[in-house]
Amino acid sequence: MNQFILSLITGILIGAVSGYLGTLMLSKRMTLVAGPLGHLTLPGIALALIYGFDVSLGAFPFVILGIVLIWILEIWTKLPMEALTAIVFSLGVAIAFLFLPIEQAKTALIGDITKVGVYETIITVTLCSLIFFVIRKIYAKMILINISEDLAKTSEIDIKKYNILYLLAIAIIVALGVKMVGGLLTAALVAIPASASRNLSKNLFQYTSLATFFGAISSFLGILIFKFTALPAGPSIIIINSLIFLVSIIFKR
Amino acid sequence: MKEPILKVKNLNVKLDSEEIIKGLSFEVKEGDVLTILGPNGAGKTVLLKTLVGIFPYKGKIEWRKDVRIGYVPQRVPFIKDIPINVEEFFLLKTTSEEAREILESVGFEESILKKRLGDLSSGQFQRILVAWALVKNPNVLLFDEPMAGIDISGKETIYNLLFKLKKERNLTILLVTHDLSVVFKFSNFVVCLNKCPICQGVPKKVLTPQILHKLYKEEVKFYTHHH
Repeated sequence: MNQFILSLITGILIGAVSGYLGTLMLSKRMTLVAGPLGHLTLPGIALALIYGFDVSLGAFPFVILGIVLIWILEIWTKLPMEALTAIVFSLGVAIAFLFLPIEQAKTALIGDITKVGVYETIITVTLCSLIFFVIRKIYAKMILINISEDLAKTSEIDIKKYNILYLLAIAIIVALGVKMVGGLLTAALVAIPASASRNLSKNLFQYTSLATFFGAISSFLGILIFKFTALPAGPSIIIINSLIFLVSIIFKR
Repeated sequence: MKEPILKVKNLNVKLDSEEIIKGLSFEVKEGDVLTILGPNGAGKTVLLKTLVGIFPYKGKIEWRKDVRIGYVPQRVPFIKDIPINVEEFFLLKTTSEEAREILESVGFEESILKKRLGDLSSGQFQRILVAWALVKNPNVLLFDEPMAGIDISGKETIYNLLFKLKKERNLTILLVTHDLSVVFKFSNFVVCLNKCPICQGVPKKVLTPQILHKLYKEEVKFYTHHH
């Protein structure tokens, strides 16, 4: 199949599902977490680039490792999560640059979705659909947890169970996201569409649909820009996203 | 006589190794309006949250078997961060039909359904929370009075509403307040608390000037110390 079509399918799906998940992360004030988690995947991306396997496959174990490390350190040290995240993600970046060949650095940092193959596309489509349905399934409960943990507890919601599913969805989206925008820019994929959408929305339905749409359309336009100008796709996607955000400020309700 | 709806025996609550509630015992009968009274930081909200199972505790909390609890929290801190309308807020827990019914019974017009939660006044939002707690038809309502943001007429509206609901739905109500007039006007039993239990009984009998002085003493000392 045409390389361009494959990139579009992969990009649009990752963008859309990141936008959707981003609405939950924004309502939990957690969008920035996707950034450090993305940086953390750099050693995994480096390994994937050196040995020639799927970047997301390399990234995924490192996201999981990062989440578990931050979680354990938080219990042990009682330091705030932001401090631990800073420690853990700088470690990731440092390790990656110990052995990442400099000519591969650009792909690792800002991603490259324009070379995805059929096999990678199939995996991405499967994972994105899976996460989409998981998020849909947990959405109402997660919103209630984000509004008030007390109300969620008294409504007999198993908060731990939902948080684990939610974190797992974040981990997979970050691993998929680095394929598209690299280890540096993953926070943007979840933060910007949701923020733009919140500026414009009166209700949850608009909030989630607009964020999903903004995520999809910016990937689509970003990849088009690459096609016609040869500017890198990852940064173009983020810039389109930011432009949408700026426009949303003008129309803010 | 029927079994009490709630029995609390020698309740102790510790949060982050600080003792918040010490050795509290009381009972609630069906149809009671019980007030938990005490100064700021006395552990009133903690007591309510412990009773609904949010905090761990030592001692005994026994709800009668047929109890269905509705809980109205004091604060819902992040509500303005999420674009969600009243109808969607109810859909998190119930159907649109039940939402309409309940909202009507607490005196809202249907147009409220499409209003964004973050755009409501604090009085309106408080009534929405009461309505939300009525989903699934509870027979016990726990109400934590907001510390600030609601004016006197809003306050009256909410307590009149609670009292009306109590009669219509045969509710037992446990409420937290530091407003003495609410205690005398609405409740038939009071538990005074300042970490340790201070008194309990019928408000007009137990809330003597001496007891009130004892209850709020610490707070008064605290302020005089600073001036």
